[in-house]
Amino acid sequence: MPAVSFDHVSRHFGAVKAVDDVILDIAEGEFFAMLGPSGSGKTTCLRLIAGFERPTGGDIRIFGEPVADLPPYKRQVNTVFQDYALFPHLNVRDNVAYGLMIAGRGKRERHAEAEAALEMVRLGGYGSRKPSELSGGQRQRVALARALVNKPRVLLLDEPLGALDLKLREQMQEELKTLQRQLGITFVFVTHDQGEALSMADRVAVFNDGKIIQVGSPEDIYFRPEVPFVADFVGSSNVLPEALVARLTGETCPAAIRPERLRLTSEGPLKARVTGLSFLGLSTRVSFDAEGTRLTALLPQDVARPREGDEVALSWAPEDLHLMRAGA
Amino acid sequence: MHSDRASLKLKIAAAAGLLFLHLPIALIFVYAFTTEEKSFQWPPPGYTLKWFAATWNRPDVWEAMALSLKVAAISTLLAMILGTLCAAAVSRTKFFGRESISLLVILPIALPGVVTGIALRSAFSIAEVPFSTWTIVLGHATFCVVIVYNNAVARFRRTSGSLIEASMDLGANLFQTLRHVILPNIATALVVGGMLAFALSFDEVIVTTFTAGQQQTLPIWMLEELVRPRERPVTNVVAMVVVLVTLLPILGAYYLTRGTEAVAGQGK
Repeated sequence: MPAVSFDHVSRHFGAVKAVDDVILDIAEGEFFAMLGPSGSGKTTCLRLIAGFERPTGGDIRIFGEPVADLPPYKRQVNTVFQDYALFPHLNVRDNVAYGLMIAGRGKRERHAEAEAALEMVRLGGYGSRKPSELSGGQRQRVALARALVNKPRVLLLDEPLGALDLKLREQMQEELKTLQRQLGITFVFVTHDQGEALSMADRVAVFNDGKIIQVGSPEDIYFRPEVPFVADFVGSSNVLPEALVARLTGETCPAAIRPERLRLTSEGPLKARVTGLSFLGLSTRVSFDAEGTRLTALLPQDVARPREGDEVALSWAPEDLHLMRAGA
Repeated sequence: MHSDRASLKLKIAAAAGLLFLHLPIALIFVYAFTTEEKSFQWPPPGYTLKWFAATWNRPDVWEAMALSLKVAAISTLLAMILGTLCAAAVSRTKFFGRESISLLVILPIALPGVVTGIALRSAFSIAEVPFSTWTIVLGHATFCVVIVYNNAVARFRRTSGSLIEASMDLGANLFQTLRHVILPNIATALVVGGMLAFALSFDEVIVTTFTAGQQQTLPIWMLEELVRPRERPVTNVVAMVVVLVTLLPILGAYYLTRGTEAVAGQGK
């Protein structure tokens, strides 16, 4: 039984289709990412699972139970909010123990459990501080402890690392992953950062315009995009238009090719002119104009670099040219 | 070049300004102790405490005081309920005409009291409502609501909306969320708004003149005394009491709002 399942779920705000006819199953114990640009419907999907939004169509089930009529406080899911939403009038311990207090647990018991949850996120001994006395990373951990102490069956994370600086973000990515493996709880997290989605998730759903464009493993999404949007948004892949693909392969559909898979050769199927070069350290990024299509290649540093304005030919291994569906 | 110490001229100017503001009030206090009854003679020929006893034994003072306290208490209570609900609606939801409502709520405090007073008086006479404590309360509530509303709306805006969602996410229903999250976060704003509203109502004259009929609140009683004085220093004793009764809540409000500048719930 899937932990969360969406059956033709829509959430329309008047004429705006924030979520439109989404079909999705999230398996139990999965680390699932919802990836998309802002306004693509990913956060609304998360809020539909949490219960802050009601679907205008379709059916949402959490562990098989229809939840359309359940308010947030009756669902076995907890949320880590983007701004953490720690209660400013309570200290860290009482923040973490809030759910237990509402559930009517005794003071000693809930304090012990809150302390254990704080230990788990490596904040043991911080219980009597106020949220305002903590750093951003520490607040994030408190928010995590506050959600997890209730032993939810699904944990929802809304842009959990968005407010942290780069170094802290990488560290928290590791920690979240470890924590998820350890607890075995289903994690569903929303992000607009493709690197974050690919590095943390077991599976990724790519959203655009309220619809899920593609669901798959990070490798699928990265190497085998089904539509140009995914190729462009997730991997900054080169998208070859239909006409070009038709001439090169005889297929009538767009195709994607990863920048690191393009090779410079003297003889090749595609003629191109070099329009720019930038040094990236590990590699050099070269931009081309190939018969009106903008392409980029990442060349390793041991390959001879072309100069701007050079006329070159591009080639690739046949399996690296990935055919896609048209549209989106 | 700036020096850290104020120059002598600036000090004198500041002292003069403060004296100009506060000397008249100090004089009122001094005259409460004078032995001279008919006119304000300076310096007072002698000092006595007998006017405190005289004030204590004047039933008209007690009646006016009781009416003022009653009116201020009821208007404040009314304002706290209406002002808070209105602030919650305006800052938490989006609806047609929200901005206009916000403006209309604040308008009474911008209108001259005379206008509010006349408007209410004609409304009462058209509706044939006899003057009573309640007509005064209604008049005062028009500006008390604004005070509470302004305080509450500022706090609501500074309280992150996701706090309420977080509370419900953690299992709390609406009532529990109100009790454990919303009220603790707006409590000081409510108390402050209430205190200011109370102080404003307690010494209000203009609107009261139009809505009181024959009843006398304490400020109205003082005006009457100026016209037809009887034991003139009694007025000064009452003035002292009024200053204390209105000053204490305002001081309290000042101390409560210090150090609450951080945005509640915005934990970044």
